[in-house]
Amino acid sequence: MEPLLSIRNLRVAVDGREILKGIDLEVCRGEVHAIMGPNGSGKSTLAAVLAGREGYEVLEGEVLYNGQNLFEMEPEERARAGLFLAFQYPVEIAGVTMATFLRTALNEIRKARGEEALDPLAFLTLARERMEWLGIDPSFLHRAVNEGFSGGEKKRSEIFQLLLLEPQLAILDETDSGLDIDALKIVASGVNRMRAPERAFIVITHYQRLLNYIVPDIVHVLFDGRIVRSGGRELALQLEEHGYDWLRTDGETVVLPTLE
Amino acid sequence: MPTQQDELLERLTGSEYKYGFVADIDEELAPIGLNEDIIRFIWERKGEPEWMLEWRLRAFRHWRTMEEPRWAKVVYPPIDYQAIRYYAAPKKRHVQSLEEVDPEIRRIFDKLGIPLEEQKLLAGVAVDAVLDSASVATTFKEKLAQLGIIFCSMSEAIQKYPELVQRYLGSVVPYTDNFFAALNSAVFSDGSFVYVPPGVRCPMELSTYFRINAARTGQFERTLIIADEGSYVSYLEGCTAPMRDENQLHAAVVELIALDGAEIRYSTVQNWYPGDREGRGGIYNFVTKRGICLGKEAKISWTQVETGSAITWKYPSVILKGDGSIGEFYSVALTNHHQQADTGTKMIHIGRHTRSRIVSKGIAAGRSNNTYRGLVRILRGADYARNYTQCDSLLIGNACGAHTFPYIEVLNPTAVTEHEATTSKIGDDMLFYCRQRGIAEEDAIALIVNGYCREVLNHLPMEFAVEAQKLLAISLEGSVG
Ligand SMILES: Nc1ncnc2c1ncn2[C@@H]1O[C@H](COP(=O)(O)OP(=O)(O)OP(=O)(O)O)[C@@H](O)[C@H]1O
Ligand SMILES: [Mg+2]
Repeated sequence: MEPLLSIRNLRVAVDGREILKGIDLEVCRGEVHAIMGPNGSGKSTLAAVLAGREGYEVLEGEVLYNGQNLFEMEPEERARAGLFLAFQYPVEIAGVTMATFLRTALNEIRKARGEEALDPLAFLTLARERMEWLGIDPSFLHRAVNEGFSGGEKKRSEIFQLLLLEPQLAILDETDSGLDIDALKIVASGVNRMRAPERAFIVITHYQRLLNYIVPDIVHVLFDGRIVRSGGRELALQLEEHGYDWLRTDGETVVLPTLE
Repeated sequence: MPTQQDELLERLTGSEYKYGFVADIDEELAPIGLNEDIIRFIWERKGEPEWMLEWRLRAFRHWRTMEEPRWAKVVYPPIDYQAIRYYAAPKKRHVQSLEEVDPEIRRIFDKLGIPLEEQKLLAGVAVDAVLDSASVATTFKEKLAQLGIIFCSMSEAIQKYPELVQRYLGSVVPYTDNFFAALNSAVFSDGSFVYVPPGVRCPMELSTYFRINAARTGQFERTLIIADEGSYVSYLEGCTAPMRDENQLHAAVVELIALDGAEIRYSTVQNWYPGDREGRGGIYNFVTKRGICLGKEAKISWTQVETGSAITWKYPSVILKGDGSIGEFYSVALTNHHQQADTGTKMIHIGRHTRSRIVSKGIAAGRSNNTYRGLVRILRGADYARNYTQCDSLLIGNACGAHTFPYIEVLNPTAVTEHEATTSKIGDDMLFYCRQRGIAEEDAIALIVNGYCREVLNHLPMEFAVEAQKLLAISLEGSVG
């Protein structure tokens, strides 16, 4: 079957500096991929390029999403086609309530799917149900988007949006960082509830701890803009034990063949 | 590579003014220029009583001694007051009933979405339509008259209710007040007049729609609203003008008088032609608006949504004379392209236990400049006066400017004033976040701007809140998608 996402030799520069130096990655429906790697290795850059943030120069390579050239799609078109990014640092929007924001978003996505718009009441019913899954207080919907949210609340809000918008490909950028263990379990259970044969996940994390709860099919190690290693979830354990230095010799990066 | 900001600016500057048509109607015009003969011409055409001529001439003579104010943060070439026409009125305008309104004039207002047939009007809104210098139609007059409410053109009020007019005209904004008020007093040609008798709650919104049509013509309207003891009235004005390369002067004066326990809500949706994307043309909107709470526990509330005009210079104010009276000012001022706005309010606390509230939301896009200028003055006798001021600015793009000049003068130690101010920006981050959730950039901007303005829009009468919301979106929208 055709992969949901297929990245071929992707090279990306920011401000003239090459950050991604040739990424190859295929993600099929139903799979959960974890991406690990040291600070600054390019994980967020990869996520941002996939979501369509401005300011990144694609030097080479292509990305197909559902067989379509991703780079020909506007960010909102990607979102409407089911690509979702849980942000590492979600931005605050004063004056706009979560309810207004998310109902607008959901109805845009529903429109693209050929579904009817939800009226405020139907939206509220759905939103309340999904909030319950994550133990979020109903008053949350009346707060301004991300405004004054604690670090943990922001992460939880991102996962709530994922549950609400029901994407095909969800990219989670360090959704676990800053969460206490209980919150982590709740977030993971939300994600697990969404695991489905037609849906795929890319989970970016520094900690193997998260992968105890969201069990990945494949783990990739991103190092200096390249995927230097891919393997099963035992790779995450090895990284935890040995650190990223384990992938280096004499300060040089050893590019190991991927294990596919 | 164009950045997102560039594209955004491009889109913003590409927006179109939707009311820019010129209608061909037969108008009587005064010669261009200004002197005592022109004032006599206006006075004569309007068939006003003798005392009005004296009133006008006194103002005119005073105006000649005055200098145009230059303290506002706006830049424009000197205005040649001798190059303006001070009177233009449709020839066919004296009508006994609405059915007799010149079809061409009717078409103008239809096109603007202001039908003059009563059955077609929004339920609960009475309209006075002013074209250039003259009022052309007032709806629902009889129905209001049954309650003793007077709603008519200023010209008609001068003829029919001279005692009220003589007593109150110029009582809140005297001709000596400022340059533009003096000019207006000399040459004003029409406007709306409202009187609500004691204890009457006006059952419908009263609304005046101002339209400039003629070229090289200034509009100088005068509005006077008197709410007698314990009465209530809500009044709304809207305005548009054709697209012209020249700048046209609009110098209005609005006076509100609220007696004991009366309440006046005055809402403005100002959409004069703002000029083109290079800053050519557009209306100079130099307006003096002031209300006085003469009586105890009176209340005056200004709400304005300002999206039009090349330059806006306007400070709707409240003099809080009666003990326990309340003044409010809710404002959204949006500037785009090369527009300049210097707007705000004055709250003058004289009476005891007077309260005022100021909520100002400035939005600057393109290469525009948006200034809030406000004065809160608490006089010696204003025991326990209170003011709350909130003054926010929102920037879109990098080429615009927002400025705030809040002046606070407190002469009474028991008074409490609070001031809050914020400046924020619709950044790429915010837009990307919205787009990542499936919301297109333009809709995201509208969403953010509406959220930002909500508190002010909530103070508009409901039908107009929806209109204002659309107007904000249109003013920020571009031709390229
Ligand atoms: N907009 C930008 N401008 C300049 N440099 C950037 C920009 N975005 C990313 N970079 C640089 O690209 C490199 C990769 O950054 P990225 O955020 O992708 O790393 P990361 O793997 O997500 O790190 P972390 O684990 O700390 O989140 C870093 O050196 C960063 O400074
Ligand atoms: Mg990162």
